[in-house]
Amino acid sequence: MLLTLDHVRKSYPGGRPVLNDVSLSLDAGQTLALTGESGSGKSTLLHVAAALDGFDGGEVTLKGSPLSPLDDAGRAELRRNSLSLVFQQFNLIPSLTVAQNLALHARLADRYDPDWVAHLADRLGLTELVDRYPEHLSGGQQQRVAIGRAMASKPALLLADEPTGNLDETASAVVLDLMLGLVAETGAALLLVTHSMDIAARLDRRAHLSGGKIT
Amino acid sequence: MTRAILLVLLSHWRMHRLQLVTLLTGIALATGLWSAVQAINAEARASYARASDQLALGQFDEIRDPAGSISLSRYVDLRRAGWQVAAVLDGSIRIEGQTVRVMGIDMVSAPALPAVTQTEQSATPPEPADILTAPGRLLVSPDLAPVFEGLDGYPPVIVSTALPPSFVLTDIGVAESLLDRSGQISRLIVLPEQPLDIPSLGDVAPGLIRTSPASQLDTAQLTDSFHLNLSAFGLLSFAVGLFIVHGTVGLAFSHRRGMIRTLRALGVAMPHLVRIILFELVTLALVGGVLGLVLGFFIAGALLPDVAATLRGLYGAPVDGQLSLRPAWALAGLLMAIGGTLAASVHALWRLSEMPLLAGPGVQAWRGSATSWRITAVTGVTMIAGGGICFAMFGGLLAGFVMLAGLLTGAALLLPLVLSLLLAALSRRANGPVAQWVWADMWSQLPGLSLAMMALLLALAANIGVGTMVSSFRLTFTGWLDQRLVSELYITAGDDAQGQLISEWLAPKTDAILPIRSVELPHETGPLFLYGVVDDPTYSEHWPLIARSPEAWARVHNDRAVLINEQLARRANLWPGDVLTLPPDHTLPIVGVYSDYGNPTGQAIVAMPVLDSIVPKVPTRRFGIRVDPSVATDLAQTLRDRFGLPTSAVVQQSAMKAQSLAIFDKTFVVTSALNVLTLGVAGFAILTSLLTLWTQRLPQVAPIWALGQTRAQLARLELVRSVLLAGLTAVLALPLGLLLAWVLLAVINVQAFGWRLPMHLFPADWLRLFLLTMLAAAVAAALPALRLLRLPPADLLKVFANER
Ligand SMILES: Nc1ncnc2c1ncn2[C@@H]1O[C@H](COP(=O)(O)OP(=O)(O)OP(=O)(O)O)[C@@H](O)[C@H]1O
Ligand SMILES: [Mg+2]
Repeated sequence: MLLTLDHVRKSYPGGRPVLNDVSLSLDAGQTLALTGESGSGKSTLLHVAAALDGFDGGEVTLKGSPLSPLDDAGRAELRRNSLSLVFQQFNLIPSLTVAQNLALHARLADRYDPDWVAHLADRLGLTELVDRYPEHLSGGQQQRVAIGRAMASKPALLLADEPTGNLDETASAVVLDLMLGLVAETGAALLLVTHSMDIAARLDRRAHLSGGKIT
Repeated sequence: MTRAILLVLLSHWRMHRLQLVTLLTGIALATGLWSAVQAINAEARASYARASDQLALGQFDEIRDPAGSISLSRYVDLRRAGWQVAAVLDGSIRIEGQTVRVMGIDMVSAPALPAVTQTEQSATPPEPADILTAPGRLLVSPDLAPVFEGLDGYPPVIVSTALPPSFVLTDIGVAESLLDRSGQISRLIVLPEQPLDIPSLGDVAPGLIRTSPASQLDTAQLTDSFHLNLSAFGLLSFAVGLFIVHGTVGLAFSHRRGMIRTLRALGVAMPHLVRIILFELVTLALVGGVLGLVLGFFIAGALLPDVAATLRGLYGAPVDGQLSLRPAWALAGLLMAIGGTLAASVHALWRLSEMPLLAGPGVQAWRGSATSWRITAVTGVTMIAGGGICFAMFGGLLAGFVMLAGLLTGAALLLPLVLSLLLAALSRRANGPVAQWVWADMWSQLPGLSLAMMALLLALAANIGVGTMVSSFRLTFTGWLDQRLVSELYITAGDDAQGQLISEWLAPKTDAILPIRSVELPHETGPLFLYGVVDDPTYSEHWPLIARSPEAWARVHNDRAVLINEQLARRANLWPGDVLTLPPDHTLPIVGVYSDYGNPTGQAIVAMPVLDSIVPKVPTRRFGIRVDPSVATDLAQTLRDRFGLPTSAVVQQSAMKAQSLAIFDKTFVVTSALNVLTLGVAGFAILTSLLTLWTQRLPQVAPIWALGQTRAQLARLELVRSVLLAGLTAVLALPLGLLLAWVLLAVINVQAFGWRLPMHLFPADWLRLFLLTMLAAAVAAALPALRLLRLPPADLLKVFANER
């Protein structure tokens, strides 16, 4: 198994439990759609799986190693080397060009391959835009840069939190096609948070989060 | 990885060039002003040390006569008894309107001074005989070469670089005629090699005193307070500069929050990031520091001639007008830049490192709040109280400055709370929705602007405080000059005999002739000048007494009573009712204390017969002449023609006053220059803060715009807001500035110079400063306002789209 969540529990300070005994697993190369109502804890689950946030009980295992014993530095290293993230808000670095943004994660992880990044830019239709700054891109273009940045480090696992949530229908379709295409091409596993049933239907598996549990 | 992170961090500056320029300017200004003051201080201290070396001051024991100069016969007695001593005659002459110090030494027996050695080893050394026999030679400092050029009646001149400025070194025989003090010796240098069996000093020459080098008067000590004053100013400028650094770093870091979050999400650990940011800050501090050093060097170079003139005029301290570059100074400046930058950034860096990785909902990034202002205010009050207690407990100049620092920082910390209370009160009274919004909006902007307002408050208070001090001083000084310089003419005769002739000739033509006779005596507080005066109503009517016993002047003339100057009174804590003891064993009742501004040494006034009984045969060469002012000019010329006196020997009262005021004004050129610079830095701080707030500004302005205000109206309100805040701060700065002035006049001045000044108020100056502040605030707000005016509506609309 690439990623397993085993009876994971999590609550925010002073709040009801958001994740209440969540178990989930993902094989290498598999794609999984996570759906649920707004506020059901989808983002929370993704953050826990991405080692962005801690949890209160149970265990999360990534590539065979448990997350709970890791300190801040250990989790940072894991994020850098073992997975990639795509967010709803793109989260590009505004002061870096498209090309620099594309290469950033790979450079941090010391896995920068210029040919691969050039290929990604080509696949994502960004070749003409590489010298622009993010503020001069449309939302769909920005999200394509974010996907490129995530894939540039050739991650075994891609975690995406409503990557098309800020985009209109046409842009959403383009972005989703490109992302799924690249995931298939690299053989990465994908955990995708969405509330669109149409999107969920295009992935290998579906899980629904409700009342803090997978149903 | 580190390289990649560093590139990401640095890319921020490429996108925000103005921020980078502001930050570097802030560091450079802070370092520059501080370093300038340090350079001036270091240069002055080096000059003192150089002068000590060049004149062998503080190297040998010396013998002096407490009653004045040593007579030739006693010198001969000592030599006959085997004492190895070298005679020295010190004095000063005025040449071409410039005071020149003269030191005559016994060239045969005195230890060779550097200037003498230098002359002997030069390419064309003079014959030793030429130096010793008439007319002799004058070794002069380079700055005097042009002064002596073309002047007749002086021995040939040899220029030596191994002499302090405005200094003449010559053989004692030449000095005697130059100073017109033949047969007099100021002091004897005790040479290191003495025969073993010489009789004791008391046996050979009773009454003479031997002093060790350490107890000889030290210029550095005299001028310490002056340098402390400068340092305080430098520190103030540094602090004001750091406000800019603080503001810009805070801005840059808040802009970078998203970047930092993303980097962390991509797997960069926070401690690693903090280390790299520290490295970045140090690098920026170094760049800004180097710029600051260059700036400081030029400022110091521009100010040094005035400082040198001040120090020479005020203390007779020899200071070159030339600046040299010292490695230690540069290093200290860079360390200050780094330390200051880190200190100004630590808060922003800490907030950054405490920032949660995931932006949670409802987490308010609101800076400052009513509670935190209260805490700051309490800290402020504590600092003010702490400073006051420190002064009350320890006293002295340093504690005085601690009190000042506590007062200023404490008041600055109180400012946000006071402003927020004021604004809250004003917004409650506002009617009309826009007015209400303006006040409420100002209130909500306060956290971001409070630092700049603190900087402004400090700069304004310093301006008012120091300005009030200088102007009060000037007013008092002018009034004092009017009292002190009552005689219409002041005459300096060539010698005693000529003085006699002149006064006989003048007697029938004038209302009064007031001979001025003085002698220098040693006293436990340093040298003391004893003046003899005749019984004349001019004195009792005009002399500026600040403390007196009844019938003071009558007692001076009838009871051997004495008047002393304020410096002596404060230094020795002597007041009317006490007695002044003069060597060898005269005790004189003190009946009055007079103010004596600008004089570093102690002074006392006795009746002429008393002076003669204490030190007989003091020559009278100076006279004050009372005549009808309308004939003064003619009489002055007649005197010069008749007695062959040089122009400078007959001075009219008005010329004397003008000269004194010119010296006075020069003294404070440095202060006012630093004042203006500090205010400029504060104006810059406002600009920085407004630019800082700019990013947060759009979401606040956009709704108002959408509700139907034009961009022009909004831009105007932007200007009004800045001007109003600055105006409120200026109003608050006034009482603080006056308090500062009071501390300077009543505490610092008394501790530093030994005189207390009455405080005068100058509302016209305040008004000018107030308008200047408003102008500065308007200029600072102009850039953001212009931006708002030119803002494409699309940018305002973005606020409403979810895209931001
Ligand atoms: N930092 C936080 N502090 C406190 N409560 C939080 C925090 N983050 C999330 N929550 C709460 O946890 C619950 C789950 O939030 P989460 O963001 O995981 O939901 P979501 O399923 O991603 O919703 P959406 O579909 O709207 O994005 C919500 O009730 C939310 O209010
Ligand atoms: Mg979510």
